[in-house]
Amino acid sequence: MSVEAREARQPWILLSPALGAVTLLLFVPLLFILVYSFWLRTATGADLAGFYLDNWQEALSDPFYRDILLGTLRIAAITTLVCALMGYPAAYFIARSRGNKAILLLLLMLPFWISYIIRTMSWINILGVSGGLNTFLIAVGLVDEPIQMLYNQTTVILGLVHFLLPFMVLNIYVSLEGIDTNLEDAANSLGATRWQSFLQVTLPLSLPGLAAGGLLCFVLGAGTYITPLVLGGPRDAMFANLVFEAIITQLNWPLGSALSLMLLVVLGALVLIYNRYLGMAQLMKGLG
Amino acid sequence: MTQKMDNTTRYERLRERYMNGDIDRRGFLGLIGAAGLAYGVQTPFAKYAHAAADQVRFDGWGGVVSEAFRQYAFDPYTKKTGITVVDGTFGGGDEYLSRVKASQPGEYNIAHLSGVFDYARYHGLGLSSELNEDNIPNLQFVIPKLVDVFRGVSGGALSCVPYDYGTTGLAYNRKYISDERMQEMGANILLDESLKGKIAGWSDWRTRMWYASLQTDQDPNGATDTDACWDAIRKHRDLSLKYWGSGAELMSLLAEEEIYVTEGWSGRIYALQEQGHDIGYMDPPNGFGWQECLFVIKGSPMEPCEELLNFMLAPETSIAVAEGQSYPPALDPTKVDLGSKIPNLPAFDASGTLDGLTFADPTYWNGHEAEWSKMFGRVQKGY
Repeated sequence: MSVEAREARQPWILLSPALGAVTLLLFVPLLFILVYSFWLRTATGADLAGFYLDNWQEALSDPFYRDILLGTLRIAAITTLVCALMGYPAAYFIARSRGNKAILLLLLMLPFWISYIIRTMSWINILGVSGGLNTFLIAVGLVDEPIQMLYNQTTVILGLVHFLLPFMVLNIYVSLEGIDTNLEDAANSLGATRWQSFLQVTLPLSLPGLAAGGLLCFVLGAGTYITPLVLGGPRDAMFANLVFEAIITQLNWPLGSALSLMLLVVLGALVLIYNRYLGMAQLMKGLG
Repeated sequence: MTQKMDNTTRYERLRERYMNGDIDRRGFLGLIGAAGLAYGVQTPFAKYAHAAADQVRFDGWGGVVSEAFRQYAFDPYTKKTGITVVDGTFGGGDEYLSRVKASQPGEYNIAHLSGVFDYARYHGLGLSSELNEDNIPNLQFVIPKLVDVFRGVSGGALSCVPYDYGTTGLAYNRKYISDERMQEMGANILLDESLKGKIAGWSDWRTRMWYASLQTDQDPNGATDTDACWDAIRKHRDLSLKYWGSGAELMSLLAEEEIYVTEGWSGRIYALQEQGHDIGYMDPPNGFGWQECLFVIKGSPMEPCEELLNFMLAPETSIAVAEGQSYPPALDPTKVDLGSKIPNLPAFDASGTLDGLTFADPTYWNGHEAEWSKMFGRVQKGY
C-alpha cells in the first residue's frame, strides 16, 4: 500500500471508534424509529409491521399536533429570549471580572451537579401555596392568603430558564473571552462612549456566541417534557409530552415514532439554518 | 504447573503469537474484535441467565406501597431463601407495559398490576405465563371471586395471584369541604365551580371516564352518551389546577393544600390521614373499585417467582404488607383472621364477596382503550 493511501486511511482509523459509536447509538436507533413510524398499532396494543402512511398523515394533517408544535416553539422562543436577556449581563460580568473568574465559572456549573428533575421540582417548594415565597409574603404582610403561582405556562418557562440559562451564559462567555479588549479601548480612544463601544464593537463580535447559546436553549427547550409535566397545568403540554403519551400511555409506538421524527426534522432544520449562516464551530466552542 | 485458561491467558497467548510473527496484524485485530463482539452480544443475555437463579425483579407503585413490600415481604424472603428481590417502581400500568414491551424476555419478572383490564391487556399481548399452583399453596386463602375473574381471562390458568384491593374514591380537605357537602354532591364535587383552581384529578383516561360517567348519571361500565362524558371531562379540566401522575404527587398536592378535592387511591389517602392530615375520603355510589395482583411476566424464572408469591400470600406476610400499604389484602376474611387494623381500612369488605364494590369490566374498558386514551390525550390539552 502506498504512503499516500496509508495517510488517507489514518484519519478514518482514528475516527472509527467515534463513528462506530454515533452509528450504533444514533443512526441505528433513528433508523428503527423511522421504520416504526410506518407501522400501525392494533386495537390490542400490538404493532402491525408494514409500510403504512397513516401515522404520518395524522401527524402532518391533524391541527392538534400542529397547534401543540407551534405552542412548543413559542415557549422555546420565549425561554431563549429570557435566557439571552438574563445570560448576557452575567456572561459579560464573568468575562470582564478579574481574579475570581474561576469561582464564578464554578458557580455557573454548580446546578449541573444536581439532577434536572430535582432542580425542576425545587420550584414547588419555592412557589407552592405553602412554599417559601408565599410564606414570606404572608409573614411580611404583603398578602393575606397564599397566591397560586404554580402549574401554569409562566412556571413552565421559569423552569426552562432555570434549566437552560447556564448553557446560554457559557456560550456567550466563550465568545466574549475571544474578543480582544484592545478593540474596545481603541473605540474609546476614538471618542466612543463605553456604551457605544459595547454596542458597536463588543456586541456584534459576541453575536456568534449569543446565537450558539440561543440555538442550544431553543433546541433543548423545545424537546423537553419533564418541565411541563412537573410545573405545568392541564393545558401546558409541549410536543415532547405528546411523544411521551403516544409511546408510554397509549402504547402507540408507531405514532410516537412519527411524532418524534417530526420534532427532530423541525429542530434539525433550525440547526441546519444556523450552520448555514453561522457554522457549527462556535457551538462546539461553547460546548467545549 | 498448569495455567488456568481464562480470557486473560487467551489474550496473552494470542498476543505472543502476534509478537512472534505467527499471526499478522489484521488477523490479530480481527480476532480481538471478534472476541469483543462476542462478549458484547452475550453480555446482556448472560446477565439474565445469571440472574435467573439468584434474583427476581419486582416492579410496583413506589412510595409507601414499595416501602411496605420491601420491609414486610422482600427482606424477610431474601433472608429466608437467599434470593434477592430487585424492586423497581412505575407511575402506572401503561407506562410499565411500554417498558416491558421494550425489554428482553426475563428482564422484568413480577409486576404489581392494577385491575383485571391490565391483566387482560398483558395476556392479550402474549406476556402472561402459567403458574404452577401446586407451588403456591397459600392461594387457598385468597377470596375465590378475585381468583376466578383472572382465570376467566386466561382460559383457566393463572399468570398472577390476587394480592389486594382498594378504591379510587373522592379525597377532600375537611378544612374547606364538609362531609355533608361531599355526601350531597358526590362525584359532582369535582365539577363545582366554586372550587375552581383547587380541584385535581389523576391523568388516567379510565379514571377520568369512570368519574365522567358518574357525573352524567351513567353506568361506568356501560356509558352510552360518551359525548356527555367528554364534556364533563373538559369541564373538570377547566376547573382543575393539575392532573397528578403518581401517588406521591397526589399526597403532596393534598398535604400542601395546593388542592382541596380530587379522586384518590384509598390506601394513599389513609396514609395521609395517619400522618395527621385532615383529609376525608368517600366512595360515591358506583365508585371505582379495583383489585391488584402480582403478575408473573413470560420468560421469568418460574420457581423463584412462585416461591416469592407463595411467601407473599402467607397470611402473616400479607397482613403485614396490607397494614403497611393501607390496602386490604386479597385474603378471605372468612378463612383468615385479619387482625384489628385491616377491618378499618377504606374499601375493606368483611364478607369476602366484594359485592359492595364496582369493578371495571375488562371487555368494556379494553375495547375502548385505543380510542379513549387517545381522545383523553387531546381533551387533557384543551381540545
